[in-house]
Amino acid sequence: MAAAEALIETTELPATVDLRAEFETSGVKDVLEELDRELIGLAPVKRRIRETAALLLVERARRSMGLAHETPTLHMSFTGNPGTGKTTVALRMANLLHRLGYIRKGHLVSVTRDDLVGQYIGHTAPKTKEILKKAMGGVLFIDEAYYLYRPENERDYGQESIEILLQVMENQRDDLVVILAGYSDRMDRFFESNPGFRSRIAHHIDFPDYNDDELFRIAETMLARQNYQLDQDGGKALVDYIAKRRTQPHFANARSIRNALDRARLRQANRLFEHSTGALDAHALSTIAAEDIRASRVFTAPAFPVQGT
Amino acid sequence: MRITQGAFSFLPDLTDEQIASQAQYCIDNGWAVSLEFTDDPHPRNTYWEMWGHPMFDNPDAAALVMELKECRKVYGDRYIRLVAFDASHGWESVKLSFIVNRPTDEPGFRLARQEGRGRLVRYTTTPYATDRAAGSRYGA
Repeated sequence: MAAAEALIETTELPATVDLRAEFETSGVKDVLEELDRELIGLAPVKRRIRETAALLLVERARRSMGLAHETPTLHMSFTGNPGTGKTTVALRMANLLHRLGYIRKGHLVSVTRDDLVGQYIGHTAPKTKEILKKAMGGVLFIDEAYYLYRPENERDYGQESIEILLQVMENQRDDLVVILAGYSDRMDRFFESNPGFRSRIAHHIDFPDYNDDELFRIAETMLARQNYQLDQDGGKALVDYIAKRRTQPHFANARSIRNALDRARLRQANRLFEHSTGALDAHALSTIAAEDIRASRVFTAPAFPVQGT
Repeated sequence: MRITQGAFSFLPDLTDEQIASQAQYCIDNGWAVSLEFTDDPHPRNTYWEMWGHPMFDNPDAAALVMELKECRKVYGDRYIRLVAFDASHGWESVKLSFIVNRPTDEPGFRLARQEGRGRLVRYTTTPYATDRAAGSRYGA
């Protein structure tokens, strides 16, 4: 009887584990490949995600072999300039963690200070809890997290929200993953004044700015997704545009490019509307020409505008 | 006397994991789960006090278990039930409800007979618990 039980015990736990096969069957490979294919640039981010995925796979293998394991802390902070793809990566992260079985549902709840902090006494706790409940089984993405903490106002309700967040992040690590995002310098200051957050977040991932070539490729994929293309001069104009736009204030990487493309489409539509005389084919309707881009005020504004104008 | 109301009430008490998977089943069916509590176990006492709002947009049962733990901290000496409400058109009513917390001591019901004219007898049941004022029942 005892021997039979022992036999059952040993057959339940595999003696070896093939990480490569796990990697392929769990769907992690697909997520990582998708990440590589669809996200341009961001090499350090992709490396960190791959490392995290490896850690989680090994953890899972250890668990399946009955070795001691503890759910790793998966709370993360994403720092980087605007438009560097923090939200996009967070969405992928939710998907990745879901496939690895670390979160049950794999949805992303994206919030900012307004969604967490109330306007009067007693409003904050239920509001924060409501959001936390909604995010359970998935990922809670707090954009511009440093706004939660306002040191200049000690009666600010943000502190209350932070305390609830910390409590849930610590006690319900199995139920949700929190990702904080924001600009690097302000996030650093935020962590300095809230050491509790710093110690509860294991993964700090920094998002680098895109270079001009990456931005151009991003623009191309954005256009392709909307069934547009650039003609040859249009491409050159866009390269010039990116170089000029970078030197101007409020440059927000891929977001600036997206806005520029939206305006270029507007100008293209206007140009077709005003100048076309006969029938237009699909090619004419979906081609962005140089003049659509060169009409932007980026080309006329000075590179370093005087302050206050 | 063990109260048997709602589903699963003839089974041993459900564990938190079992409650979570039942709640998950409800959520996956698109029903809004919520918690209600009372200290009056009479079977005709249909409307219990609500604990928070019904959870219409929480995709995971962990939210309900979190609320249940909070509710137990405050009303652990009373009956708490999970209610799954189906808001879809034509139903708009409770699809599943079961008790998830009960007092340690359930004294049961008193049967009162009222003798009327002729040989008519009317029967009434009263929970012994309601002999005490609301809020101070079940040894609280």
